[in-house]
Amino acid sequence: MEMINLTIDHKPVVVRKGATVLEAASGIGIDIPTLCYMKLEDMNIENKPGGCRVCVVEVKGRRNLAPACCTEASEGMEISTHSIRVVNARRTVVELILSDHPADCLICAKSGNCDLQDMANHLGIRKIHYQGEHSMYREDTSPAIIREINKCIMCRRCETMCNDVQTIGVLSAVNRGFQAVVSPAFEMNLDHSVCTYCGQCVAVCPTGALTEVDETGAVIRALSDPTKTVIVQTAPAVRAALGEEFGMTAGTLVTGKMVAALRRLGFDYVFDTDFAADLTILEEGTELLNRLSAFMAGDQQVKLPILTSCCPAWVKFFEHHFPELKDIPSTARSPQQMFGSIAKTYFADKIKVKRENLVVVSIMPCLAKKYESSRPEFSVNGNPDVDYALTTRELAHLINLGNIDFKSLQNEDFDAPMGESTGAGVIFGTTGGVIEAAVRTAYEIFTGKQLPRLDFEELRGMEGLRKATIDFNGTPINIGIAHGLGNARKLLEEIQAGTSEFHAIEIMSCPGGCIGGGGQPYHHGDSEILKKRQRAIYSEDQNKSIRKSHENPYITKLYEEFLGAPLSEKSHHLLHTKYFDRS
Amino acid sequence: MNPVSELIKNLADQNGRNRHSLLPILQGVVEQEKYLSEYSMIEIARELDLPASEVFGTATFYSFLEYKKMGKYIIRVCKTITCSMKGKNQILLAIEDMLKIDVGETTPDGVFSLLQTNCLGFCHKAPAMLVNNEVYTDMTPEKVRDILSSYLKKQKEGGSHDN
Ligand code: SF4
Ligand code: SF4
Ligand code: SF4
Ligand code: FES
Ligand code: FES
Repeated sequence: MEMINLTIDHKPVVVRKGATVLEAASGIGIDIPTLCYMKLEDMNIENKPGGCRVCVVEVKGRRNLAPACCTEASEGMEISTHSIRVVNARRTVVELILSDHPADCLICAKSGNCDLQDMANHLGIRKIHYQGEHSMYREDTSPAIIREINKCIMCRRCETMCNDVQTIGVLSAVNRGFQAVVSPAFEMNLDHSVCTYCGQCVAVCPTGALTEVDETGAVIRALSDPTKTVIVQTAPAVRAALGEEFGMTAGTLVTGKMVAALRRLGFDYVFDTDFAADLTILEEGTELLNRLSAFMAGDQQVKLPILTSCCPAWVKFFEHHFPELKDIPSTARSPQQMFGSIAKTYFADKIKVKRENLVVVSIMPCLAKKYESSRPEFSVNGNPDVDYALTTRELAHLINLGNIDFKSLQNEDFDAPMGESTGAGVIFGTTGGVIEAAVRTAYEIFTGKQLPRLDFEELRGMEGLRKATIDFNGTPINIGIAHGLGNARKLLEEIQAGTSEFHAIEIMSCPGGCIGGGGQPYHHGDSEILKKRQRAIYSEDQNKSIRKSHENPYITKLYEEFLGAPLSEKSHHLLHTKYFDRS
Repeated sequence: MNPVSELIKNLADQNGRNRHSLLPILQGVVEQEKYLSEYSMIEIARELDLPASEVFGTATFYSFLEYKKMGKYIIRVCKTITCSMKGKNQILLAIEDMLKIDVGETTPDGVFSLLQTNCLGFCHKAPAMLVNNEVYTDMTPEKVRDILSSYLKKQKEGGSHDN
């Protein structure tokens, strides 16, 4: 590898040829501020449009300042990263950005998490010396995402996520000069586009230009309404990230504190989506086994591979882009919706509360779950199975509003019966987890034998596309895993072309799976955080005494008392769904 | 097949179907149709397998790619400094007065559209303007009236041929 020698702030540095000045500097611990630049290490995600110019540095012998994020280091360069000239230029750049930015920080949803606000603070900007026109753009509200384009700084991070990572291509820079905005085609609203509501654009937007639809107010109203019984379910990935909102290190599991906080907030029952994840495994796993047995019996019509269906952004993706494959995914609803459906039938009966008086709130790492709960097929006479889907971030707001000192809460346990779950339910929160959970159950039902081991390392990891073959006692089962919709697209194209070798495929829209969901605490481009959350999920699985979905006693009871058997008439009605052609 | 779809297909056959072909195809459609309709942008996106937002983004970036319905003759008056200083406002006023439209509008009969543009590279003969691909320089209000009259005449004759 060819190496380059240069000095940065008088310190000598050696870097590989091709490295940028920014990379060279960070290698020796010199922090050059950036705004538009974003890099998610290990995931091959990089955004460097060179647009904001906050990262400028002085290069000896050059007349102009150079943007460090997209200037290649070259032999003998002498760089100053914080000279007076550089700092002044940086301040000018940020003042110019601020001169066309609504000063909404007091009431902005990103306040405290905004990279622009941080930058202004970091540079100590106390006065804006420039005044000019303000760009004005209508606000666009969809079931999950709000676009307040007046706050856009044209960093184009959202485009990178939507176009390069997810390959959806909803967002593109349109118009020119002062009129330029990031927008769907023909400047339509998001809800008229093919947006999947994966929320990855929201997760990386440095400002308040893209945020989630906030439903905390509605939840507070429900909690304070004496005629309502309000229950809550929490998705697996939430417990691995919520602590970050309270200054705890990434990867701290806060399951017990989260339960305690939800009780303090006044929820009548605190339940777990993991319970419904176990239920999903029984339904989806049985479906997989049925299809497999039919296939092995020589049925040529049977649809394989079977695809998981618990990610609503992924569901919307194939409805738009691969409608001809809509018979392949499992018909099982997502755990969130299974929970809602069982809560408003089985559980409502049990506690003798009318459906209309039972409010189901879910805490999700996800923005697509907001959209999912609003899909009309998940309502009965206009009453939705899940009334409100809050993100991890919204829950943190509620906890702060409730003046609850989260860190010092004592651990508490979920309520029965819908709070009991197995390790298999927990790992739904990370890429590879759903299929591992399914394997644990399907193997035992298929072979009639106990699994020799429960940890399937070959299904784990952060690679965007993974495959493994699991030996079902002599029958090899080929499994594919994709996270990020760009990776999913590759597997779907193989299926379309008839070259897919898989029996079962797990797909999650968000890089990392739900731990990297669009509703999680902002990771500000640090992919280490995702890995830590993933480790937390697997350690929760390790700590569970029951780690296979079919051994969850409350699930067994649910089938005995209410559903009958997996894929029964009643299960079909309450736990399965159908897909639509939205092309 | 719709004539625009056919045009797009032919253009794609000539220019290829990768991302680089987008601009020549957009230009080809504008040459024929004078503007890019939503329909044609969606067709192009489909033909090249690009997101519609990217096609729209490209079309709205380049000032010579119109995406609103345009008249048969597109008048573009240079608005950059030299032309501004040498009286482009008088030229604009003369045109607006004669055609009874403002900048950005099209005459009700669909013959003329009036737009402004950036420097055309004819600063030494400012003020300058374009009618479709024809350049006119050293404009005065009288001159512009003559030029437009000649287009109107042409249009009338052409029109009577059509009838
Ligand atoms: S939510 Fe996902 S699909 Fe929708 S615009 Fe954002 S990145 Fe694209
Ligand atoms: S919407 Fe947000 S992420 Fe997208 S370009 Fe604007 S500021 Fe950047
Ligand atoms: S991967 Fe998880 S967080 Fe992301 S859209 Fe799908 S369900 Fe939501
Ligand atoms: S961070 Fe380098 S130009 Fe924006
Ligand atoms: S300024 Fe009008 S042609 Fe250059």
